[in-house]
Amino acid sequence: MQRIILFSLITLVATTACNKNISDRTANLPALQPANQDLNAGSWKLILLSRPDSFAVAAPAATTSPLYVADLNEIKAYQAHLSSDQASKIKYWSAGGVLRWNEIMRDLMAKYNLPPYQNLDGTYPAPNAANPFAYPLFPFSNPPYAARAYGYVSAAQYDALVACWSYKSKYKRPAPYLVDSAIKALAGKSVLPSYPSEGAVLAGVTAELMQLFFPDEIANIQQKLEEQELSLIASGAATRSDVTAGETLGRQIAEVFITRGRGDNAGKAGGTSTDWNGLVTTTQAKNQIPWLSLEAPLRPPMLPLFGKVKGFLCDSAMIVALRPGPPPSTSSDEMKQETLDAYNTIKNPSREQMRIVQFWADGVGTYTPAGHWNAIAAEDFITRNFSEVRWARNMALLNMAEMDAGISCWDIKYFYFNPRPTQMDPRIKTLTGIPNFPSYVSGHSMFSFAASTILGHIIPERADAYNAMAQEAANSRVYAGIHYVIDCTAGKTVAQNVGNLAIQRAKVDGAE
Amino acid sequence: MIRLPNLPRLAFAVAVVFLFLQPRTLKAQTDEDAIMMIKNNFCVGGIYSYSSWDHYWEGKFKRNNPNLGTVKTQMTGLMGTYGISRKLNVLVNAPYVWTNATAGTLHGQHGIQDLTAWIKWMPIEQNIGNGVLSVYTLAGGSVPLTNYISDYLPLSIGLHSRTASGRLLVDYQLGKFFVTASGTYTWRSDITIDRNSYYTTSLHLTNNVDMPSLLSFNFRTGYRSDRWIIEAVLSNMTTQGGFDIRKNDMPFPSNKMDATMAGAHFKYNFTVVDGLSLTGGGNYTVAGRNVGQSKAFDIGVFYILDFSHKKKGSEKTK
Repeated sequence: MQRIILFSLITLVATTACNKNISDRTANLPALQPANQDLNAGSWKLILLSRPDSFAVAAPAATTSPLYVADLNEIKAYQAHLSSDQASKIKYWSAGGVLRWNEIMRDLMAKYNLPPYQNLDGTYPAPNAANPFAYPLFPFSNPPYAARAYGYVSAAQYDALVACWSYKSKYKRPAPYLVDSAIKALAGKSVLPSYPSEGAVLAGVTAELMQLFFPDEIANIQQKLEEQELSLIASGAATRSDVTAGETLGRQIAEVFITRGRGDNAGKAGGTSTDWNGLVTTTQAKNQIPWLSLEAPLRPPMLPLFGKVKGFLCDSAMIVALRPGPPPSTSSDEMKQETLDAYNTIKNPSREQMRIVQFWADGVGTYTPAGHWNAIAAEDFITRNFSEVRWARNMALLNMAEMDAGISCWDIKYFYFNPRPTQMDPRIKTLTGIPNFPSYVSGHSMFSFAASTILGHIIPERADAYNAMAQEAANSRVYAGIHYVIDCTAGKTVAQNVGNLAIQRAKVDGAE
Repeated sequence: MIRLPNLPRLAFAVAVVFLFLQPRTLKAQTDEDAIMMIKNNFCVGGIYSYSSWDHYWEGKFKRNNPNLGTVKTQMTGLMGTYGISRKLNVLVNAPYVWTNATAGTLHGQHGIQDLTAWIKWMPIEQNIGNGVLSVYTLAGGSVPLTNYISDYLPLSIGLHSRTASGRLLVDYQLGKFFVTASGTYTWRSDITIDRNSYYTTSLHLTNNVDMPSLLSFNFRTGYRSDRWIIEAVLSNMTTQGGFDIRKNDMPFPSNKMDATMAGAHFKYNFTVVDGLSLTGGGNYTVAGRNVGQSKAFDIGVFYILDFSHKKKGSEKTK
């Protein structure tokens, strides 16, 4: 009995003691202090822009001019009355603009990754970009949508920073704390010229892209932009004129990407009921069992025409060329065996298998598989002290690979329109929500191996670790009961080919 | 999605676990009633409970889900109560839980859940008017006994938090009729989930989840004699914090989970075998938020082992 009393007391104490504050892994990072500022990055290969000076940035006022003195006085005024809230915002943003905007994007992806609730008649409403605030909110940031959004934002950030670096080299305006020793460098010191401000370029380009990807969030993102710009100024890293020029340049470059995005076929990716029915009849004509939604009410397939989206690394002919051969016929003994294997895997899952499934699930309400690989990349990049422009370049390589892997994967899925294991054998229960699109090939395998391939090039000493993570992500879908093994092995090969396209670009973009 | 918070109320006599979307209630002479074992008596028993729901509240929005059908939670538990003295009892229990959904594809779960223990002390017992007023204070705690998965609602078997609870319980008995009221505050430890990020009302880049505390009330009244206890039970639980499930989102362990349940319960002491009793009851969730609208019933058998060489029994039942 004493033991029981003791047990209760221990429980009480242990419970109380364990209620520590929970904080994010990246909450308390030091200021980004790149070992190499990549001062030549103005000559790196651009993605959409034809030239780094496609958009003119006027020469800055001289550091001896009254305009510049007024800029310095603004900084001094902030620094003289810095609140603890401002200090914490300076600390937050000083960890790196590419990192923080990537985290903000991941937050938005998770927030909007909710499938619409059905209408009373059993049909489903579609989010409408023209009326984004009505339910269902626009967008539904499902995995292909998210991969494309990460791709555009990262690619645009990269082009914008290359342009920014070219003007920095051209005008060579020193940072405010170098001009006036009364100004403190609260976010660290740098040899990088401050005009135009790279932080403001990132804020401008990202905020402007919200009109395309998260129109409901324009106002919230504008607040983030203002917070970052104020932090840049108050920290002594940039003047008002550095920031204004940077934001303007970022927004102009974003428009190039928005124009591309409006014409890249993504707006038509949802298809029509004619398209959906066509997929069924085409598959039946090949004597195959067509994929069927396992949701109730039956939900139309997720973005069946996403395979037609214009990629950054692949054109439409390459997407077709990337297709693997067909999966085993739905009537074959081989498919029966694959289905039986899927059943045997899911019958009595181990706790470790469940852990792997949940760790990689990245389903409803999450930042999706591409976001997971952004998180993996970001947390490794933090340890490398890359310059902002190299951060942007590496994220662009990753996210162009993720977007094109998504395009290729969706092309393959709807080309073969292959059923999920549970459709072939209803005894196969799943350890996570069953995705509402065809089985072959596995999206997780493609997003993961495309990411591990390019990340292994960027950080070669981590290549084996990335590959092992990608393999675990692929396995997780078999453990979950939502994929055949063949979906993952075929997806791996295609994804490595997509990842290699990113490597080919990386080798010639001027950064290596 | 899972079940409602692990309210550590399972105890000696009966319990009904209700998982996510389904409050787990336990009723009867337990940590929630005004019944004490006498000194050196040990009451041991087993219970079975079954609860199911096909509607649930997503925030305040009540819906069904044809991708779940009916979510069922079954539980068997071993319970024991020991009388250190007639004013001080200790109660322990540990359930085995299994879940399944009748529609959709989600895999059910099963396993041993949490060990719960209570210390129950009766500091006050005095005649007031023609009846007897008694006051009880309880301290309890629970710990998960296995590494079951919590972030798999509504089919996980528990939330995997450690808990500590304090309860004040007041009972008044007039002849064969009684009323009992209690209030409980439960602290819950953070939990660690298998994912390393999750979204509540913003994105969290961590695998630790802050679990809100719980406040619960229980009111019961009815007939209590040597042979029978027959009572009506009303209970309410509110999560102190937490967030709503968004439309068509999955449930999450740190959701705000509120529920009001109404039910009835009985206990019968056999005459044929001294110390043997049968308990049973049921309840229905009449209102809720981020929980299932569960219907639940339970049945239990208990036997008192006497280590004192005196007459077996529990206070207030004689």
